[in-house]
Amino acid sequence: MSLLKVEEVTSGYGEMEILHGVSIEVHKGEIVSIIGPNGAGKSTLMKTIFGLLRPTQGRVLFREQEVTGLPPNELVRHGLCYVPQVDNVFPSLTVQENLEMGAFIEEDPKAIASRMAGVYELFPLLRERRRQRVGKMSGGERQMVAIGRALMLNPQLLMLDEPSAALAPKLAEMIFAKIKEINSTGVSLLIVEQNAKESLKLADRGYVLADGRKKLEGPGPKLLTDPEVGRLYLGG
Amino acid sequence: MAKDEDSVGPDPSVTVSASVAIPRVRRRLRWSRWAVTRALGGLSLLGLIVLLIFVGQAKGVTFIRLASLAVWGLTLGAVIALGAIGLTLVYGILRFANFAHGDLMTVGAYIVLLFVGTVLPRGESLAPFSFGWEFLLALPLAMIVTVLIALALEKLIYSPLRRRGSSPAILAMAALGAAFLIRSLVYIIWGGDFHNYYVGIRQALTLPGGIRIRYDQLIILALALLFVFLIYLFLERTKLGKAMRATADNPELARVTGIDVGRVIFWTWALGAAMAAVGGVLLGLDSQVRPEMGWFFLLPLFAAVILGGVGNPYGALAGGLIIGMVQQISTAFLNPAYKPAVAFIVMIIILLIRPQGIFGGKER
Repeated sequence: MSLLKVEEVTSGYGEMEILHGVSIEVHKGEIVSIIGPNGAGKSTLMKTIFGLLRPTQGRVLFREQEVTGLPPNELVRHGLCYVPQVDNVFPSLTVQENLEMGAFIEEDPKAIASRMAGVYELFPLLRERRRQRVGKMSGGERQMVAIGRALMLNPQLLMLDEPSAALAPKLAEMIFAKIKEINSTGVSLLIVEQNAKESLKLADRGYVLADGRKKLEGPGPKLLTDPEVGRLYLGG
Repeated sequence: MAKDEDSVGPDPSVTVSASVAIPRVRRRLRWSRWAVTRALGGLSLLGLIVLLIFVGQAKGVTFIRLASLAVWGLTLGAVIALGAIGLTLVYGILRFANFAHGDLMTVGAYIVLLFVGTVLPRGESLAPFSFGWEFLLALPLAMIVTVLIALALEKLIYSPLRRRGSSPAILAMAALGAAFLIRSLVYIIWGGDFHNYYVGIRQALTLPGGIRIRYDQLIILALALLFVFLIYLFLERTKLGKAMRATADNPELARVTGIDVGRVIFWTWALGAAMAAVGGVLLGLDSQVRPEMGWFFLLPLFAAVILGGVGNPYGALAGGLIIGMVQQISTAFLNPAYKPAVAFIVMIIILLIRPQGIFGGKER
């Protein structure tokens, strides 16, 4: 079943069009990876899906319902959560407060407590540091907080923008392992990555974006060996 | 595997580790710089207070006098903190310097003047204090009216400007206009005269050690510290308070997270204006009520906000207390007319050494 369907979306910043009619799809239970060189429009696509940018053309459907241009605080109610690439934590808040804010729209304290326990189970380090202010934590720890925060609403689809960016290879590997673990609990994931190799290894399916257009799509492992991917990456 | 790498282009793991090494070193450098500037900022403040005390001693100011000034400084500081909390939250969440915030304090002070002796008849004074019950009843009324005025400004000026995508500079200019508007209205309604809530001799108390303090000042200190404490509890314990801190930290992420930013903005104005009103009323009780009181108070407010880190509410509370102490102790050997200059000097020192404030705020 199709969970997220992006149809021929055109979008950008003001007058500057960055995406020129891109269509992608995420099925239930999948990990889908979007790769592409810098400036391909990967983050723009994520922001457009999440209502931070309004598409000038095209539609976004989530669970067969049109959600095009809905503001983020509506989208999270539909079961769609998003982790931006940068500034994805509240630095002056503690770990625990960051997670509480992730569940802002949830009123039931029991649900909040059980989800927080779930996040701590996924990232035991966060439980130890729950009273620490996030601004004083390392990049890897912040990424855990950011992902944990997005999981606090039990999303059906989790969107991650460059989760391994600026992380040491060991930490990036750990984050990828956690993504797999999150997926095994039934959460679908849409990931934008520069680390093409690792993210395609992980993904059920992948899309290659370049110059604001979809160039290739297919199963992750197949894309991994496609010579065309390398050519696009080198910008040829 | 080597073949794979070729086909995917430059090996991502290589590029990642290379690009990561630099930020890491840079981060470590930034951290040590952070620690150093923080320590420097803190030390220079401590040094300033010690210097003030030494200069005071050298000038023959007695220790008792300095101690009295420190107590009064705490009082003044708590009042500054009440004003600074709204200023810093509005800056953090809406990203503009609300130059009308001081005038909200003025409004609060005048609303009490309006109610006491009219709607609320003057009763027996609560000896040894100079005021009666009607004053304490007028305080919450002043808070409500000031909140309504702040919300009206938001609805009529700031919110339409934001929707149009106006820059922070435009919003700040609009706030400056609002400040002039409010002050002009105060002049039109109440005139330019100074007013006292109550006339007559204000009784003083001699604390052990010979520190003299007016009874009124005790209640000002108690009320201001009480409200500072309540704000702290609100920000630390309630969901709305945490959401306010989160939104002041990172408004975009707050939206992404699903925080109802509109509601947070509403309550930020309400909290900021209510506390500004309390601050104005207490300031008026301490000295006089005059049309420019809040406008002149903006300087110590901004000094407190910058000292504590712009957008950091806890920083504003602590910054207010520090600025108040420094200002008051300086009067031991400086003409009190220079008090604003003292706040200004502290502000400049912090901006030069540690622009993000000693308690950490937005780095920009």
